[in-house]
Amino acid sequence: MATSTTKVPAGGTPPGPPGEPSARGTARRRGALLHRLDIKGAPYAFVAPFFVVFAAFSFYPLVYTSWISLHDVELATLDVMEWVALDNYVDLWGDSRFWNALRNTVTIGVISTVPQLLMALGLAHLLNYRMCASLFFRVASLVPYATSVAAAALVFTMIFERDFGMINWALGTVGIDPVDWEADKWPAQVAISTIVIWRWTGYNALLYLAAMQAIPADRYEAASLDGASRWQQFTHVTVPGIRSTIVFTIVLSTIGATQLFGEPLIFGQGPNGVTGGADNQYQTLGLLLYEEGWKNYQMGRSATVAWAMFLLLILVFVVQRLIKRLRSRTS
Amino acid sequence: MTTQSLPARTDVRGGTAAEKPPGRGGRRLLRQRAGRQHHAGPLAYVLLGIMALLSIFPLYWTMVAASTDNTRVSQTPPPFLPGPNLFSNLARAWDEAAMGKAMVNSLIVAGVIALSTVMFATLAGFAFAKLRFKGRNALLMLVIGTMMVPPQLGVVPLFMMMSELGWSQQLPAVIFPTLVSAVGVFFMRQYLSEALPDELVEAGRVDGAHSLRIFWSIVLPVARPAMAVLFMITFVHAWNDFFWPFVVLDMTNPTVPVALTQLSAGYVRDQSLIMAGALLGTLPLLVMFVVFGRQIVSGIMAGAVKG
Repeated sequence: MATSTTKVPAGGTPPGPPGEPSARGTARRRGALLHRLDIKGAPYAFVAPFFVVFAAFSFYPLVYTSWISLHDVELATLDVMEWVALDNYVDLWGDSRFWNALRNTVTIGVISTVPQLLMALGLAHLLNYRMCASLFFRVASLVPYATSVAAAALVFTMIFERDFGMINWALGTVGIDPVDWEADKWPAQVAISTIVIWRWTGYNALLYLAAMQAIPADRYEAASLDGASRWQQFTHVTVPGIRSTIVFTIVLSTIGATQLFGEPLIFGQGPNGVTGGADNQYQTLGLLLYEEGWKNYQMGRSATVAWAMFLLLILVFVVQRLIKRLRSRTS
Repeated sequence: MTTQSLPARTDVRGGTAAEKPPGRGGRRLLRQRAGRQHHAGPLAYVLLGIMALLSIFPLYWTMVAASTDNTRVSQTPPPFLPGPNLFSNLARAWDEAAMGKAMVNSLIVAGVIALSTVMFATLAGFAFAKLRFKGRNALLMLVIGTMMVPPQLGVVPLFMMMSELGWSQQLPAVIFPTLVSAVGVFFMRQYLSEALPDELVEAGRVDGAHSLRIFWSIVLPVARPAMAVLFMITFVHAWNDFFWPFVVLDMTNPTVPVALTQLSAGYVRDQSLIMAGALLGTLPLLVMFVVFGRQIVSGIMAGAVKG
């Protein structure tokens, strides 16, 4: 049907004589109209589902969060909103739990991200060699990525158990006293970071590997002609060659780190999880958000924490931009 | 398959832009030139072996712990070899800990999300890659920009929205917010702009096919390998998603990760039961990785930012 109507002009048939306004002509015009509508409209129709769903379930909630954060809302009576202006923010500013959660989020973020990306870089370098069983090693490094936060956190919680955990047992065999991984602040943060590192190192390594394989070989040839050692080639050719991927992974890991929730929650085993340990020693902003909303039933305060997390993210990116600009000015 | 689509296929199957050999002779030549392709020495194998061990060991040990009993798990030295109770523990986790229901729920949730993500991402990816329209670049930048917005931040209004819709503790509450993914759109756009020749789309137009028809009979066959990869990656993410399902679902109707937290939060901690649950919840994805590991690896690499 559509085929015949549009084929007519395409086939180059001369237009009918002027005195004969045939049905064929109107059909052709309608066909042309439909065709134009299709050409103009279809692309928007194709991208629309993404934007509709995003607007409804991501953008609108994000904006509405700021509105809720200016109100008192209780979990039991979600439709009753009492205007309190900036009270929630003032309270949050004066709340030591907020500053504690902020500090924990930053420290766990650093402990988990920096080693993770450095190890991923090394792993990608190794995977980039020509070797037997390269597919096996790639899939093996991706196995943790297939494991859910919940399952991974449960296993590592047992491995880090104080009394019978494998780590303390191994430490004991070399004469080191057992560590209380949950109750002490820094051990707990290290243990939680270990879960994050385990899950994401292989994934990041594959991103780096893809970028490394796209580096033209002649850059390496030029470097080795200049007498660069393998290490110098790595620092002067490989790392600059995958710079944009490194930035990409830093951005992704930073976003992930500010949102950290499941690992500390499960590591705390039950009631201790939401508060991030008995003394909040590993409570992150994500946990605080949940505690305010779904344990203390204060949705307004919860929204305030969410908004604070968003500001933190923006701040991190502004700082990163500034560093980048300063660097490019100095070099 | 025609030669035109060959580079695109190798792209998804495991190669990268650097190795797109037209023929066999060229492949060897290109291999040597692509990237740094030194042979791995013994040290590299040792380091990679350690890495593989560290990656796999926690899962192996999950299996060990799930196959013994609670008393054995709580002794030192910890068990390193499997015990006899694997199947009875798995059965207990399935029945007692609601893992059975959770698995079915997760299958529905992840299946629907993956299907719809693939469909909408392919549609949008095709439009962004091959169709001309006003504001195309701006809209594409917007898609990429949405990746920077963590969904967790809108959780309070989303929760209120779901209780208003009557979807609290229901699967649609988990499904609807994740029906699309920016990463998916970008991934399909990257793939189709390389894999789908402009001439094919033009030929369809000359034949008078409308856009949806072109999508159906020209784009879909070309996009199929990438769609399969995107399906699997999205499935993994949806199956493992934690924060939002944890907030909006409860134990009467959980997904796998939600059921696992409840399993561990009980007063009497039966460690081997917990590990059996964790193993059960991970098993489907592990099987998928063993069978389709090559495609998943290359899909993740193809989605990477290069250069």
